[in-house]
Amino acid sequence: MNAMAPPLLGQSLLLLAALTLFLSFALLGQTRLTAAIHQFAWQGAMVAAVTALVAAGEGARHLYLSALLTLGLKSLLIPWMLHRLARRLEMEREVERLHHPAVLLLAGTVLVVFAYWVALPIERIGGHASRNILAISLAVVLIGLWMMVGRRQVVAQVLGFMSLENGLFLAAVAAARGMPLVVELGVAFDVLVAAILFGIFFFHISESIESLDVDRLNRLSEEETE
Amino acid sequence: MADLLNPAAWLLVPVQALLFLVGAPLLAGWIRQWKGRLQNRRGPAPWQPLRDLRKLFAKEALVAHSASTVFRAAPYVVFASTLLAVCIVPFISILQPATAIADMIVLVGFLALGRFFLALAGMDVGSSFGGMGSSREMLVSALAEPAMLMAVFTLAMSAHSTNLSTVAEYNLAQGLVLRPSYLFALLGLVLVAVAETGRIPVDNPATHLELTMIHEAMILEYSGRHLALMEWAAQLKLMLYGVLLVNLFFPWGLAQTLSPAALLAGLMAVAAKLAALGMALAVGETVLAKMRLFRVPLFLNLAFLLTLLGLLSHIILEAGA
Amino acid sequence: MTAPLSLALGALAAALLSAVAALAADERPMLFRALVSPLFGLACALLLAAGLGGLLHPGVARATLPLGLPWLHWHLRLDALAAFFLALIGVVGLAVALYAPGYAREFEKRESLAVLGLFTGLFLTSMVLVVLADDAFAFMVAWELMSLASYFLVTFQHEHGANRRAGFLYLLMAEIGALAILLGFGVLAGLGDGFAFDAMRRAAVGGGWGTLAFVLAFFGFGMKAGLVPLHAWLPEAHPVAPSHVSALMSGVMLKVAVYGFIRFCFDLLGDMQISWGVAVLVVGAVSALLGVLYALMQHDLKRLLAYHSVENVGIIFIGLGLAMVFAGAGFPALAALGLVAALYHTINHALFKGLLFLGAGSVLHATHQRDMERMGGLLKLLPWTGLFFLVGCISISALPPFNGFVSEWLTFQAALQAWALENGILRSLIPVTAAMLALTGALAAACFVKVYGVTFLGQPRSTPARKAHEVSFGMRAGQGVLAAACLLLGVLPTFFTGLLDTVPGLLLGQHLPQATAGGWLWLTPVNAHTASYSAPLVFAALALAWWLAAWALRRGAVRQVRRCDAWDCGFSPLTPRMQYSATGFAQPIRRVFGPLFRIEESMSRDEEGLLRHRLQVHDRLWEWLYLPVGRAALRAGRWVGHLQGGNARIYLGWTLATLGALLWLIS
Repeated sequence: MNAMAPPLLGQSLLLLAALTLFLSFALLGQTRLTAAIHQFAWQGAMVAAVTALVAAGEGARHLYLSALLTLGLKSLLIPWMLHRLARRLEMEREVERLHHPAVLLLAGTVLVVFAYWVALPIERIGGHASRNILAISLAVVLIGLWMMVGRRQVVAQVLGFMSLENGLFLAAVAAARGMPLVVELGVAFDVLVAAILFGIFFFHISESIESLDVDRLNRLSEEETE
Repeated sequence: MADLLNPAAWLLVPVQALLFLVGAPLLAGWIRQWKGRLQNRRGPAPWQPLRDLRKLFAKEALVAHSASTVFRAAPYVVFASTLLAVCIVPFISILQPATAIADMIVLVGFLALGRFFLALAGMDVGSSFGGMGSSREMLVSALAEPAMLMAVFTLAMSAHSTNLSTVAEYNLAQGLVLRPSYLFALLGLVLVAVAETGRIPVDNPATHLELTMIHEAMILEYSGRHLALMEWAAQLKLMLYGVLLVNLFFPWGLAQTLSPAALLAGLMAVAAKLAALGMALAVGETVLAKMRLFRVPLFLNLAFLLTLLGLLSHIILEAGA
Repeated sequence: MTAPLSLALGALAAALLSAVAALAADERPMLFRALVSPLFGLACALLLAAGLGGLLHPGVARATLPLGLPWLHWHLRLDALAAFFLALIGVVGLAVALYAPGYAREFEKRESLAVLGLFTGLFLTSMVLVVLADDAFAFMVAWELMSLASYFLVTFQHEHGANRRAGFLYLLMAEIGALAILLGFGVLAGLGDGFAFDAMRRAAVGGGWGTLAFVLAFFGFGMKAGLVPLHAWLPEAHPVAPSHVSALMSGVMLKVAVYGFIRFCFDLLGDMQISWGVAVLVVGAVSALLGVLYALMQHDLKRLLAYHSVENVGIIFIGLGLAMVFAGAGFPALAALGLVAALYHTINHALFKGLLFLGAGSVLHATHQRDMERMGGLLKLLPWTGLFFLVGCISISALPPFNGFVSEWLTFQAALQAWALENGILRSLIPVTAAMLALTGALAAACFVKVYGVTFLGQPRSTPARKAHEVSFGMRAGQGVLAAACLLLGVLPTFFTGLLDTVPGLLLGQHLPQATAGGWLWLTPVNAHTASYSAPLVFAALALAWWLAAWALRRGAVRQVRRCDAWDCGFSPLTPRMQYSATGFAQPIRRVFGPLFRIEESMSRDEEGLLRHRLQVHDRLWEWLYLPVGRAALRAGRWVGHLQGGNARIYLGWTLATLGALLWLIS
């Protein structure tokens, strides 16, 4: 960076990748449902922007399509569905109480350093910029998983899963210049179906136990419920 | 770096101090006026704080029976340390020789020295308000200081220097580079600045409800010239953080030579940047509400997280292996 | 170079004489003031001279004392590192010598002055011997003498059960630490050929054995230095000793442990490994942070200061860890910077912690209170003590222009050179440690606002605090010496970094390249482009700004101040009970960092129907580390107890079996 600044395109890529990571952190620490859904939408937009930039840089047509797909699906459709769901379950104003928010977030930074450490030995896949983005996307994946571990609310867990998928997508775009279109379409469809299924599950869970706290789902056998 | 032996450059230091002394009340008044306008009031004229200071200096100073020497010495220490702090930032020119006397870490130290005496003065009279203000102020500063230093480290590790002039010069020479680390450091530093200068949503500079205040609680017992010095120091601190934000992250416009034209252009540039920042602050203070005291640690935790991410993204994304 | 060594030997003799002379002090208390303390002071003055001489004329002087084993006489050696620590012992000791006579008046007729004088003298002797020792045997003998002498000083007021318990814990942990050090020396001696340090230096210890020796030494010296999690004895033992002895223990004895660690790792062990440095860095950072957090929760003045020793030792080890990381990575110049920062903080901590303990002693002397909740408003009654204590508070809070700031600044500068390292993980770890250091510094400032605000400012909270009186001249002079030294080291850092620079020259073969390249005004640890700090100019500018403000206002229309009542919201006047208490002051921080403490809090009504609030903050490490270890030791003891039949012949049978096994082993 010091001797020779990368051109503007590369800088914007790094900036967007960093913002994606930041939004992962924001999601991790966000206790308000509506704000969390917004943040997830923004993260989808960032990933879409990265894809579009790579498409412009590489001149790869099909990437434009997947950028559009990401934008439409992850930053518009799924957030809209989640919003609707939250409205119907009357949990728009719900605030989850985190026990140790600082610990949750600091563990997240440890995961970032760990991801960086894991990504270091990967030999250059076309400039160290893309390796660094790989490190970031790995961190996004890990933080998404960590969010599913550390948060109790079901919707937060789903958001964690979705942002994990964002990380995977970012990695694919940065490292392999995108997956084949068929795979991408399939994945996108999967995510959509997953979102719908999650929505159905929410209804059932909240109807049967009158809460969306997964810590109350840990009884395995039916006899004990009485 | 500035030439240490150039007497003309050293002349810049007292000029800068004077500009700060006059500019800080004006900036505070500017923010107040904009806040007034945004709230559909006319708002006082920007020079109202200057008038207030004049009035306070002419008034008699009252000191409580229970107060000791520390109470009377504190305004001078707070004022002197803040004045020193404003002398060591590049204000209108990067050729600022005084930056060699004290670098960014010393700057943080100066602010800490002022705060230490401010908090002691709060404890001195022995009323509950003062103790409450001191206790809260020390909590806020203890959480803000690591975030501030992380932001400072990000800048210092990019420029390989903790000298403020060198950092500004480095950023100026780099031109427009989009850096995630700077973005995070900037955001974190904004949060720290809001907390440290006691603005909404951390503290309310206009509050008169005793239980909600931090800064005002500590200086509740002051009057006359002592109060004037404390107020002036607080205004200087606000402007100092403003100058740090605009001149380190957006150094364009800083004079690179000592010619009168360049210096004048530098002055205009920094005044314009500060005016814009003041308006942004006024908007922020209008749309946000003050938060509970125990939300403040979360706020500062976010600031620390941002600066930490800034540092990590500097190491991961920019420094490269 | 032999002259400083002769001075140091003279100091040893004077310290021993002081100890012997004290034996008669019970009959004639005059003797304590007229002979014991002056001899102690003479010893310290000689030490200071020896130390400065050794630093100004670097070189190595050796001597042999006809003591010890027949084939291994005690070797003594004075080099730059030893000279630095001798000077440190000397300067704090000198202040203590001025202070002690006034403070000990309290004990006349009630306690034994002979015991006090004897063990203080022996304590000094042993610390000097540890620093001078040049073979493991002499080192360990002096080390054990130091532990024992300080044990008797801790239990000096043994009528109180708490003091005896604290003393026992102290002795127990000191012995465990000493065992680890002994084993560490054993590893080095086994690989080299013999117990002389020269032989250990020659031996090439590498790989696993080196790491084993490092771990043992880190454990042993870390325990004596009070690093977390081995710090439990420190806040128990330091406060219960007489205050001037607390000053010696916190100010000097902990530094002797730091000396031992530096001698062992940098001098004897040789090749440095990065991982050792990382371990030291992390333990240091955790100690610093936990030390200050626990300190914030205390309201016993001396106990609070003892916890701050944990914090400051942590800061010293951060500097040492940086030096080790840089040395292991092949940057000797940066390692020198880290080492100088650590040494600078070592002397600084000795000065301001000594000063604060002497100040706490004065408060104790004047009010007979250790609980801060019963103090207040002492600045008006003890103006000099209050002034000196304020200097100590500013110094320990790392505020410019005093000395604590200089060493923290140097540590930050060393940490900021992390970009030079190859390893990305280290590059991100080191700034995070630096951020922890920043948090520590800010919390320390909060803590000392609390200490000074509650103790010296506000209104008196109890009758003893209302009736306090200023202490004697000697006691004030002792504090004054240390306060002046704090200011001096803060304002003229270039002189002292110049002196300290001989130590990395000795240990790393590398001087700070450009520390004083810009002349005495400018401290430029790396180079002038990277960072510079001009403490004299800062001091002058601060004074100028103050003077300008004061001068401008003196000319104003209204000069006088009018005294009035404090603002009471129009209700009844303020009472001392309305002030913020020490516990109340720390409440927000206790709440934010709550999970780190074990807090017991309860409200109840007493017989008169008044609400009682009870709050206890405990060290979590007790339940996590010490109690399990204690239980395990008891279980092991019970198991071994089965062997104890009580029959003499069974014991003899065990002896026979052991003898047989050993013979079989060596055959």
